[in-house]
Amino acid sequence: MSAPYNMMEMMICASARLLEDGRTVAVGTGAPCAAAMLAQKTHAPNLMIAFEAGGLAPRLSRMPISVGDSCTFYQADCAASMAEMMTTCARGMIDYAFLGGAQIDQYGNLNSTSVGDYNKPKVRFPGSGGANDFASLCWRTMIMTVHNRSRFVEKVEFLTSPGYLGGPGEREEAGLPPNTGPYKIITDLAILGFDPLSKAIRVESLHPGVSLETVRENTSFELSAVSDLGETAPPLPGELEVLRREVDPEGLIIGRA
Amino acid sequence: MHRQATPNALEDQQFPVSPSLDLPQGGGPLFGDPDPDAARAFFMEKSRAETDKRMGPKEAVERFITDGCYLAIGGFGSNRIPTTVIHEILRARRRDMAFLGHTATHDFQLLCAGHCLNRVDAAYIVGLEARGLSANARRVIQSGEVELCEWTNHALSVRLQAAAAGLSYGLLRSMLGTDTFRRSAGKVVRCPFTGKKFVALPALWPDVAVIHVHEADMFGNARIKGISVADLELSRAAKRLIITTERLVPNLEIRQDPTRTSIPYYLVDAVVHAPFGSYPGNMPYEYFSDEEHLRDWLNAEKDPEEFARFLDKYIYQVADFNEYLQLCGGLDRLRELRDLECLAEG
Repeated sequence: MSAPYNMMEMMICASARLLEDGRTVAVGTGAPCAAAMLAQKTHAPNLMIAFEAGGLAPRLSRMPISVGDSCTFYQADCAASMAEMMTTCARGMIDYAFLGGAQIDQYGNLNSTSVGDYNKPKVRFPGSGGANDFASLCWRTMIMTVHNRSRFVEKVEFLTSPGYLGGPGEREEAGLPPNTGPYKIITDLAILGFDPLSKAIRVESLHPGVSLETVRENTSFELSAVSDLGETAPPLPGELEVLRREVDPEGLIIGRA
Repeated sequence: MHRQATPNALEDQQFPVSPSLDLPQGGGPLFGDPDPDAARAFFMEKSRAETDKRMGPKEAVERFITDGCYLAIGGFGSNRIPTTVIHEILRARRRDMAFLGHTATHDFQLLCAGHCLNRVDAAYIVGLEARGLSANARRVIQSGEVELCEWTNHALSVRLQAAAAGLSYGLLRSMLGTDTFRRSAGKVVRCPFTGKKFVALPALWPDVAVIHVHEADMFGNARIKGISVADLELSRAAKRLIITTERLVPNLEIRQDPTRTSIPYYLVDAVVHAPFGSYPGNMPYEYFSDEEHLRDWLNAEKDPEEFARFLDKYIYQVADFNEYLQLCGGLDRLRELRDLECLAEG
């Protein structure tokens, strides 16, 4: 019997489990950072966390507010520069990156730039920041997002960061490094992956209590599922304890859900 | 068999040397001239004198920051930022400037509050990371009063690196295939050795950069502790450089440990002594960001009339940065932020 948990805790625990020990991960602030911290404090003590402003392998004592604040290089192995961090991605030494966005399409392309006419947008968002660099250069991109029809859209209004672009082979054709691209999408309903042939998003596991129908109703494009569709394992009591006591004791992230 | 290639033999080569016209090009506006010889002509005239460059923030703005210039701010948006000089830019009512928007957060929020900008090289704008989005910066950008060119954070550091190296362009392996590229001023090129595609990024020489540091001497030899973000490249690429510093140190101290000099004096045009100069931003090893005050900024921005009053109170009716610090709680508040930074326990 598992302890009661909320959806943000579910997303963070599911994301943390995808991070293997001894690997490297680029994270931003918020939920992805919580997932990396949780992984480091549970099954992946040798996970190297990298921040785009230059903080490499810190001992995170608290949740950063900015990917360049002093938490990101607290007791770090190296306080370097943005170029150092980004060229490490370009050299192929960053395994995972976590991204988010206002919109995502069936090939995992992300919009974090604008909605409406580009020159006079209805809504302007921050833009790429380092997201396009991570999505281009890290081996496996992971996306954490809430799941609804306005996020999961047929076509992103601005393609900020590359997923599989227009489909199979398009990343390579554009010049992006081979064998890179989006890997998993962790939402409040399910874990999704990508069909190896079509490169389209597919459902890989449903969170407890969620039906495939619900996931499809909350997605604007046609969504397939793997044949052996299973249930996402709920957070374990031990994971929840570390998450609540050590990772986010003030409930800045998990308190929101 | 191995015929030696002469310049003449290369003229009837089997490989085309003209840039391939079938390769994609970004359609965004290019702010500034990427010609390295134009930059060299400027740097030829730049003073090399190791002289006392200390001045107040107001004088630094009057002398080096002009309407219409291309401005770059060091640090990382709300971390190690030269707030003293940015406030003076607002009070001096500078207009029509171009800006380097590489994770520009509180700095961008301030410059939008003063309507100082009309061109922005944008990698990250209008947001304050985990704190949320700036309502006023969004109004400014969504109104269309600022012309934008899109980039990524890595792209902007590569553009500065190219300029710092005296080249006209740098290369990048991201942006490819995206709208970020299509709205940039980059061009896809093919590698002459491997045939692989990269994005060529035009070198960027900002007219003036302002960088906040931990220690500097009166000549401008400066030390940065912690992450340098893109400031080593920026300090070398900028034509004019204003250093604001937490502490002034004697030149002899610099010379006793020259390994620690991040920025040598000949790059620097002005040295502004600015204790707590990154407030309300974070200054590594000195003080943490004032999250309450930054929240006040975000809240005040929601209503334009309230924001105008807020700006009058904190910027326009304020004589100098010290008065701003007093308004925000003075030494008592700064001591709390210092404790937050220095007593953090892992």
